[in-house]
Amino acid sequence: MSLLIKGGTVTTAEDSYRSDVYCADGLIQAIGENLDVPAGTETVDADEALVMPGGIDPHTHMEIPFMGGRAGDDFFTGPAAGLSGGTTMIIDFVIPSPDERPLDAYHVWRSRSEKAPADYSFHVAITSWSDQVSEDMETLTRDHGVNSFKHFMAYKNDIMLDGENLMHSFRRCRDLGAVATVHCEDGNMIWLMQQELLAAGITGPEGHPQSRPPEVEGEATNRAIRIAQLLNTPIYIVHVTCREALQEIVRARMEGQRVYGECLAQHLVIDDSVYYDPDPVKARGYVMSPPFRPKDHLRELWRGLQSGNLHTTATDHCAFCNVDKDKGKDDFTKIPNGTSGVEDRMSVLWDQGVETGKLTPNEFVRVTSTNAAQIFNIYPRKGAIRVGADADITVWDPKATRVLSAKTHKQKNDFNIYEGMEVTGVARSTVSQGNLVWQDGDLRAEPGAGRYIERPTFGPMFDAAGRTRDQRPWRRVDRVEAAE
Amino acid sequence: MSLLIKGGTVVTAEETYRADVYCANGTIQAIGENLEAPAGADVVDAGEALVIPGGIDPHTHMELPFMGTITADDFMSGPSAGLAGGTTMIIDFVIPSPEQSLLEAYDTWMRNAQKAPSDYSFHVAITWWSDQVKEEMGVLTRERGVNSFKHFMAYKGAIMLDDEILLNSFDRCQELGAMATVHAENGEMIYHLQNKLLAMGITGPEGHVQSRPPEVEGEATQRVITVAGVANAPLYVVHCSCIQSLAAIAKARANGQAVYGEALAQHLVIDESTHYLPDITLASAHVMSPPFRSKKHRDALWGGLQSGTLQTTASDHCAFCAPQKAMGKDNFTLMPNGCGGIEDRMSILWDQGVKTGLLTPNDFVRVTSTATAKIFNIHPRKGAVSVGADADLAVWDPNASRKVSVKTHHSNMDFNLYEGMNLTGLARATISQGKQVWDGKDLKVEKGVGRYIPRPTYSSVFERVKTYRELNAPRRVERAQAAE
Repeated sequence: MSLLIKGGTVTTAEDSYRSDVYCADGLIQAIGENLDVPAGTETVDADEALVMPGGIDPHTHMEIPFMGGRAGDDFFTGPAAGLSGGTTMIIDFVIPSPDERPLDAYHVWRSRSEKAPADYSFHVAITSWSDQVSEDMETLTRDHGVNSFKHFMAYKNDIMLDGENLMHSFRRCRDLGAVATVHCEDGNMIWLMQQELLAAGITGPEGHPQSRPPEVEGEATNRAIRIAQLLNTPIYIVHVTCREALQEIVRARMEGQRVYGECLAQHLVIDDSVYYDPDPVKARGYVMSPPFRPKDHLRELWRGLQSGNLHTTATDHCAFCNVDKDKGKDDFTKIPNGTSGVEDRMSVLWDQGVETGKLTPNEFVRVTSTNAAQIFNIYPRKGAIRVGADADITVWDPKATRVLSAKTHKQKNDFNIYEGMEVTGVARSTVSQGNLVWQDGDLRAEPGAGRYIERPTFGPMFDAAGRTRDQRPWRRVDRVEAAE
Repeated sequence: MSLLIKGGTVVTAEETYRADVYCANGTIQAIGENLEAPAGADVVDAGEALVIPGGIDPHTHMELPFMGTITADDFMSGPSAGLAGGTTMIIDFVIPSPEQSLLEAYDTWMRNAQKAPSDYSFHVAITWWSDQVKEEMGVLTRERGVNSFKHFMAYKGAIMLDDEILLNSFDRCQELGAMATVHAENGEMIYHLQNKLLAMGITGPEGHVQSRPPEVEGEATQRVITVAGVANAPLYVVHCSCIQSLAAIAKARANGQAVYGEALAQHLVIDESTHYLPDITLASAHVMSPPFRSKKHRDALWGGLQSGTLQTTASDHCAFCAPQKAMGKDNFTLMPNGCGGIEDRMSILWDQGVKTGLLTPNDFVRVTSTATAKIFNIHPRKGAVSVGADADLAVWDPNASRKVSVKTHHSNMDFNLYEGMNLTGLARATISQGKQVWDGKDLKVEKGVGRYIPRPTYSSVFERVKTYRELNAPRRVERAQAAE
């Protein structure tokens, strides 16, 4: 099985150049002009389009259980929708209940993901602390290719971790060479605000953003960063949405701390007015955490991506449908949090980022795949166009347009947060493991073709962090007590 | 002529992996494990060392004339010292006198550089303004491979430019797709302080540092960033040395402006107290602009490099010796500004940056070559270890150490800023155009084999600038005059 992508412009995080790309056995085998290829090789005509690493979405929740139901997209439909949008890999989350062993939960999620049509990997959430959890973290890093653990500072009385447990887990991450990732919103503040809003009779979805204002995110971001600084371990902040959080990241980075930031495509383009829409179904459709923010925050997030203070873009794809969202119609705190977008992320980034001159095409590649691959230590197997890399490629048409809509999207969700938006920049073809899986509207995703991608621990930033720690050893003074 | 580097670990700005590197005809031909050397090929045993892109020093002044004398290092000796330190390319400066033709000055510098043993290129300084200057900027970019122009905001009465000329020149730079680079110190303030200090009888080299406090640099940096913003021109700030100017760069970058910053190796490690040394020869030898700063500024500069707010490192190598410095012994304002350091830059960065955990080895490569190659649009020909790239490489021993001294360095300087420092990390071998020119002990450089490297205009950042300009074109309102 071999494939030749002809006539395109290879665009990576580093360079752009005219070249053909030849793939066989799931890998990129040759890059160059006028390549000799074996007879029977399938040809994709890239015809003036860009040949890029397939997108990596480092933040999705497929098939997540909720109140006896499941999110609309499972591990087949979600990643398949991603393929049609140029995304060839997801990093999803294993989320154990607080009383469940992380290792057990990992096996449950692995069995769900067997049907995946494209490559995937898992962050594992730490939702409680015990010797058993600590031991499972080691097993997961050693035997199962996990190199990142997720922590929730929100969702009080459920999966929220307090400061002490955050410290236990961050320290364990550091010693295992795994990246600590954090959802930064202060769960205690949110809980108090929710009670206050409900008592004031504000039960609709407009209560959602009012219960989680930017201060809540800024405070938690600062706290997580300071704990990571104290322990001298790298930290990755998921879905940064506001100026308050971004400022903490910028400050810490300027002080030399290794802090990475992710933002979601939707937080770059949608503002908080959606929650005040009179249509309850529509307003509930946008409920996710952190919530959408006032317009001035959107501009700040773009600047964060431009300046390199934010590194990755994701979707937090979590396809709760209207029927699930309806469960919170009388109490916004019961609306399941989550919106979809794995299919639309790359087009939204191109249309709103590259078309407007905010990002160069190379920067687009950097924030849609390469940085995620580097931070989670699977580069250059993923996130690169080079000989020996996995043949996960998108042929990107920078001029073509499409209209985003729930009526036409492939995600299993009856709502699209970008409904009606016309975007320029679409995946004309998508190649996964060297196979053409999407071509001009024809989706050929195959259940089970995706592989679990093991991610090695101790990315390059860990060695540096260790050296910095060695500069500041504990000090002990031996004192002689005066004789009596 | 071919050469095989065996047994090393390739370290680039992006990744680290074990591989042999085979070079022939001046370029890298193959990268892989267990490569066989063709008969007759030279073999360099990397023996566990790192194989990195040769350093690029984007800021040197070789063979610079000053009041009838000339700096001690010419285009042969300076770059040779660089090769002994792992640096394989310099970008020097053509500095026309005010009223002099840019092309004429360019030809003079090109003639001087004919003796260079390794590759080089030239920024061209804009020291005055006229239609002829504007026209010649076009010729230099179109026909001579110049893609950057330097501007001085200091040196009043000599080559200092006012805001009007800065705007004219920046506007021309962005039109031509060339990078505007700037020495940011407020020349008016310096002139004022110099006169005040001399009137107080402070004529020694301590007057130098007191006449150029950090505010002077901070003001000019802030102003020039604003000017570049109005002209919509990408900007590169050379030798950023203090918190004030770093803060201005960080703020502009966080606002999405295309601003880049350079740090000199010496500003990262040498303290301002050197300007106050009682030995006048020693104190004079440290006179350069901007001057050295206190520890808090140095800590901030490291944070700037770590966070990516500063991208490149340079030496500003300008070899004025004691007799030249003595011209200013009774009046610090007459003392030629400049220090050496091309040979030691990379070792300083490794010893003080990587060994201490401030930078990863990949960060080290990024700040010593790759970022420079990208900003000045010669990547991946330079600053990369990839097939097809120029075979400019350093075999870097991360554990070996050497003691820096004027007695052993290869520069013609009679002084070394880092005298007596024991530095870990050194070039065990240096390869230039595929030929080994340094083996850790002896230089085998050849006069005149260095090539002038033309640099194409319109680096990728200009794509973003162009789109932005189109979308924000000046608006005109057509108004109908009321009929009489």
